[in-house]
Amino acid sequence: MNVTTVVPQLVQILWTLVTTGYSTEHSISGVSDPFLQVQILRLLRILGRNHEESSETMNDLLAQVATNTDTSRNAGNAVLFETVLTIMDIRSVAGLRVLAVNILGRFLLNSDKNIRYVALTSLLRVVQSDHSAVQRHRPTVVECLREPDASLSRRALELSLALVNSSNVRAMTQELQSFLESCPPDLRADCASGILLAAERFAPTKRWHIDTILRVLTMAGTHVRDDAVANLTQLIGGAQELHAYSVRRLYSALAEDISQQPLVQVAAWCIGEYGDLLLEGSCEETEPLQVEEEEVLALLEKVLQSHMSLPATRGYALTALMKLSTRLRGDNNRIRQVVSVYGSCLDVELQQRAVEYNALFQKYDHMRAAILEKMPLVERGGTQDEEAKESKEAQHSEAALVPTEPQASKLLDLLDLLDGTSGAAQPPPPLEPSSEGTSVHLLDLPCVSSAPASIPNLKVFEREGLQLNLSFVRPPGTPALLLIMVTAINTSEADVTHFVCQAAVPKSFQLQLQAPSGDTVPAQGGLPVTQLLRILNPKKAPLRLKLRLTYNHFGQSVQEIFEVNNLPVETWQ
Amino acid sequence: GRAQPRPRPAAAMQFMLLFSRQGKLRLQKWYVPLSDKEKKKITRELVQTVLARKPKMCSFLEWRDLKIVYKRYASLYFCCAIEDQDNELITLEIIHRYVELLDKYFGSVCELDIIFNFEKAYFILDEFLLGGEVQETSKKNVLKAIEQADLLQEEAETPRSVLEEIGLT
Repeated sequence: MNVTTVVPQLVQILWTLVTTGYSTEHSISGVSDPFLQVQILRLLRILGRNHEESSETMNDLLAQVATNTDTSRNAGNAVLFETVLTIMDIRSVAGLRVLAVNILGRFLLNSDKNIRYVALTSLLRVVQSDHSAVQRHRPTVVECLREPDASLSRRALELSLALVNSSNVRAMTQELQSFLESCPPDLRADCASGILLAAERFAPTKRWHIDTILRVLTMAGTHVRDDAVANLTQLIGGAQELHAYSVRRLYSALAEDISQQPLVQVAAWCIGEYGDLLLEGSCEETEPLQVEEEEVLALLEKVLQSHMSLPATRGYALTALMKLSTRLRGDNNRIRQVVSVYGSCLDVELQQRAVEYNALFQKYDHMRAAILEKMPLVERGGTQDEEAKESKEAQHSEAALVPTEPQASKLLDLLDLLDGTSGAAQPPPPLEPSSEGTSVHLLDLPCVSSAPASIPNLKVFEREGLQLNLSFVRPPGTPALLLIMVTAINTSEADVTHFVCQAAVPKSFQLQLQAPSGDTVPAQGGLPVTQLLRILNPKKAPLRLKLRLTYNHFGQSVQEIFEVNNLPVETWQ
Repeated sequence: GRAQPRPRPAAAMQFMLLFSRQGKLRLQKWYVPLSDKEKKKITRELVQTVLARKPKMCSFLEWRDLKIVYKRYASLYFCCAIEDQDNELITLEIIHRYVELLDKYFGSVCELDIIFNFEKAYFILDEFLLGGEVQETSKKNVLKAIEQADLLQEEAETPRSVLEEIGLT
């Protein structure tokens, strides 16, 4: 007995059961023996997976069950749900898959909370592979954001974030922002990060992008990730036509509220850089704003003195004050005073800055203007966000988790690595003009230079023809740096699409993922996808690396999480 | 690095717990091998998690890498742990069927019935589920099997004289 003989028999049994085999003692609320139906569907799912012929035999039956099952009670819905799971897992025809997604969409409108829950969870699983079908149900999903039950709204959030694309980004961001205002506190961080990520990927205009980030920072500033500040300053710096607009918006926001640290940091930076535009330039896009020099200085001093300001924020404010000494027209007595006062500040970082700036005023006054010139735009070092589907997803979501999450915890966090703490990529240090100019920024490090003693390559993953290899380089000039090149090669006959590789390291390491060369690994050993990882290991601790892969292959969406073993000692010693 | 996913155990349902609102365990059925210490730990954590749920929340939650399906009937929580690929909605039906069986057998079952006749509750569960899977889908057949088992037990309990046993009287 093999698969080809068993499947038609099962199909026949289920067909008879559904059409004629009614027996009162076996049925539940009018559905013939739902336990048996579910078990048969489960078995068909396992047999039909990756098996073209069996899947074909089942198509009609699945369509029949999907359309004719009575859904007024839970028993019928349970059978329907199992049918949907089976359709999604086997090699079904496109029409059937759309039918399955529509059933899930109908579930979303059901008054029973449990049914909505399973619908959201399942839609999250198929959103990558059947994106357009799920898009049709976007309005319903967005409605589910308003659910009072936290686990449902969490899933709705993951799914909504997965559904954002370039055509619906404005509407979706609006919905997500109103959700952000009222959502439970544990979802705030994920929502904020999700909105920022979506904005980054699909922003229609720069101005909209800046506005969106501004709004998120104002609403949920304390919950955003560390690199949001760096990203925003980068973004503003790059949009020359929007300098005046940005600095005015930020000034107004700062004048209202100095407690949200990321907002304060960006605003201080902007005011420092573009203070002249704030006072002189006219901007049609905002309301006319009359600002006096003294007001600006007073605001920055307020930030400096406020007990709500973090040390980093105060550093931003001090430097901004210093930059204004060349941008403003009045004499600089007030600024000099502040700077000399902070020369004896207890915070070492502030003290150092103040002392140096003091020196700029006194001995090096002739160099001051040149040093405090406007910053040239620094190229992005490829700091990438590490999120799940869901997150997972987020993450998942995606998310793991998410989904992974999720898992999804698991929402947009990457996996908890190893010691239970995640080594997320550290942001590049704030872009400040430092008058010593000797600090080595992560971005300044040379790219792959001549390799010294070569470390052997490592094959870390293999599944159905997709292979992942790691090659290592320790550039000679920087002993703490390790560069890893991840190469994905596909020897099977089907392309691998939507390939995403994420990595996590223990907390004492710093990890930077550069953008991959692509997200499709062509079949038959075509051009491999490569991605560069930069790992800083100042403490020379033993390297541990966990990788998470998500991709589509043979019509299935695959997620693999594994730790890389057998890392050669030369990678970290 | 691990290239192949870990093979999963075959049980659909990993375990079922029944506990009261005060957190007292009334019934525990395990379909996966675990040490006593682990069972106690799982029970303690899960009971805490489920009792903390508000009444309006949905019947499913994710806990460790399992899905938990729970439903409250009067003063008892029926709680099942299933795996990632299992169907939550049918698990709700399984729980409901078990409650119906108990109800039919005890006649309007309440927590006291289960406390004082816990071995019967286990017998009924074992007739309905085997290894975590449904083995008998007919309510009538399960109850009939229990009835017959009861009869055997009664026969064994009534004392018979030696002569009766060899058939001489």
